[in-house]
Amino acid sequence: MSTVFIALQANEETRPIIEAIEIDNPQAVVHRQPAMVKIDAQGRLVIRRATIEEQLGRDFDLQEIHINLISLTGHVVEDDETLTLSWND
Amino acid sequence: MDMKVTKKKLGLKDKYKLMTRDLGWEPSYHSKDELYPYMNYEGIKIHDWDKWEDPFRLTMDAYWKYQAEKERKFYAIIDAHAQNNGHLNLTDARYLSALKIFLQAISPGEYAAHRGFARVGREFPGVGPQVACQMQAIDEIRHAQTQIHAMSNYNRYYNGFHAFADQRDRIWYTSVARSFFDDAMSAGPFEFMIAIGFSFEYVLTNLLFVPFMSGAAYNGDMATVTFGFSAQSDEARHMTLGLEVIKFILEQDPDNLPIVQNWIDKWFWRGFRVLGLVSTMMDYMLPKRVMSWREAWDIYGVENGGALFKDLARYGIKPPKGWDDAEKAIDHMSHQFMLGLYQWSFGTAFHAWIPSDDDMRWLSAKYPDTFDQYYRPRWEHIKKLAAAGTPFKNYGLAKLCQTCQLPTVFTEPDDPTLTCHRETVYKGEKYHFCSDGCQHIFENEPEKYIQAWLPMPQLFQDPVNGDLGEWMKWVSLLDGKDNGDYAGSEDQKNFEAWRGLATTNQ
Amino acid sequence: MTVAAIKEYLAVPRDRVENFHGKQLVYVSWDRHLLFAAPFLLCLPPETAFRELVNGPLAMLLQADPDAAAIDWTKVEWLKSNQPWTPDFDASLAANGIGHKDQLRLRTSGLNSLLAA
Repeated sequence: MSTVFIALQANEETRPIIEAIEIDNPQAVVHRQPAMVKIDAQGRLVIRRATIEEQLGRDFDLQEIHINLISLTGHVVEDDETLTLSWND
Repeated sequence: MDMKVTKKKLGLKDKYKLMTRDLGWEPSYHSKDELYPYMNYEGIKIHDWDKWEDPFRLTMDAYWKYQAEKERKFYAIIDAHAQNNGHLNLTDARYLSALKIFLQAISPGEYAAHRGFARVGREFPGVGPQVACQMQAIDEIRHAQTQIHAMSNYNRYYNGFHAFADQRDRIWYTSVARSFFDDAMSAGPFEFMIAIGFSFEYVLTNLLFVPFMSGAAYNGDMATVTFGFSAQSDEARHMTLGLEVIKFILEQDPDNLPIVQNWIDKWFWRGFRVLGLVSTMMDYMLPKRVMSWREAWDIYGVENGGALFKDLARYGIKPPKGWDDAEKAIDHMSHQFMLGLYQWSFGTAFHAWIPSDDDMRWLSAKYPDTFDQYYRPRWEHIKKLAAAGTPFKNYGLAKLCQTCQLPTVFTEPDDPTLTCHRETVYKGEKYHFCSDGCQHIFENEPEKYIQAWLPMPQLFQDPVNGDLGEWMKWVSLLDGKDNGDYAGSEDQKNFEAWRGLATTNQ
Repeated sequence: MTVAAIKEYLAVPRDRVENFHGKQLVYVSWDRHLLFAAPFLLCLPPETAFRELVNGPLAMLLQADPDAAAIDWTKVEWLKSNQPWTPDFDASLAANGIGHKDQLRLRTSGLNSLLAA
């Protein structure tokens, strides 16, 4: 299975998002690089609004992620609750 | 007591439908062919434009909101950088060569991408792609502007930043990036999307931006980290658009496959050649290095590109034709480029230098199979020439590739000791290439590439006619300031003096 | 193949010999001597004797290579457009059949100081 990844800026806004991704994707590997965090996962990575809101302690719109997004790979599927990255192989 | 009524919010899917598809209309007094005259000549068949959907479902209202926030963040940091002498936090002023190349060659590319997306946004009949291309057109002009603005802070102190617009048009190495975008912009709208949206943004842009921004972070360049990340936050959307466009085209009609494959082959190789210059930045120009070009290629080329083409195999797409030749070049190209940039540095609006002993140790560790065997002996000899007071300058100028416009510095894919010589004759004129990939591209569309404005042959035509001094004036290159070896340059002297003032009480 | 276009697409090459005011371009490179990053571009009148090309601009450009002084010009093997070829040193470029934008390569077997063993 191929790897998907998402890379986010390393800052206060993304800390709870990264924590939420780690909770929802136990198989994901988090690489902390200067000024950025790259999260790799085999085949599939799911980002859930509800988990981010629990970490953040406020309402969160998944599209807010655009502000701190650096890069990603895989097919994107987004609705109000989740943003999923995956490869079909 | 009144019950609190929560206003019902539209879901993402409904909102996207309302604010995208529902904005479209059927023309009544003109035909669709008259409105969208460029939809058929490339041979791509589209049956249902409504099948196009932006996976992020970003609508213009949300777009403006998030972009405004990105701008506020960007300017907060740019202001802080300017107010706090941010330029003195650099690891070393050698780093600035990478920025100068970026400003002269890449930022104008952002502007070209803006023009291209504005155009194709008008030419596609579907509302989904119209909105997505409009957003990307605005993104790209924002990138050009924020980059120029961020780097203008360095122009106050250092050479080589002052004439990027002239140099974009006239100096030799920028023609590589310029011709790349001109090639895409003068193609049809579908080819443009595969060229820039898919091949450049999806397959290759990570190799440019991610290591470049990490490089800036490693080297204390807050301004570049900021414009980089601000731009990069848009790139993820562009990449997603690029992937969406290729799936959409391939799903619309089986006849589209060979046309798309041909474009992928062409634009992968074009992009690989343009971005090859990034290899010199990663392996040579960053005083504090992030990772080698080889390591970046393994992550963003082999791993991601591999995953992508494995995924697209279900449509019948094969990895680009030049993929294997690219892999063979990875351990050689940065060295071949940098040797060129050094020996022609009298003609560059940035500085080059001989790698230090420490640099060479790093290079031989990162390139154990190639550096010591092929490249170290050349650098050691160049070092000897400099020590003897006869620094190596190659005034022979260079043979350029008719397609990618780079000097033909590359070797045979299977023989790193032999320059790759490729030539062809078309309508009685001779043309030269750096590689099989570039020759194939030429031979598919010779009428396009015979028009190439190749800077080296141009130097011997009007208005310069072979006079190097006149040429420098013409390209706004200040001899002895902007060009040459970093050792002994004004940039070096000034940076050291100012840093001394900043860190001592003298 | 041709350029996909909405009407006939014909272009004019930029580097035709007429644009060089009586001169022509010649590319010269020294095989396996990659201190020189790319083949040299020379711009010369076609009446130039081949010997002048070699003794003049070419010899000057090659100086930086440690093998330059050891070149025995009587033993050099030449290629023109990647095919073996023998120049007449006393004849002009034109008489030698060296056309505009032709690529000449020289080979000097045994000389390769800058290649690690």
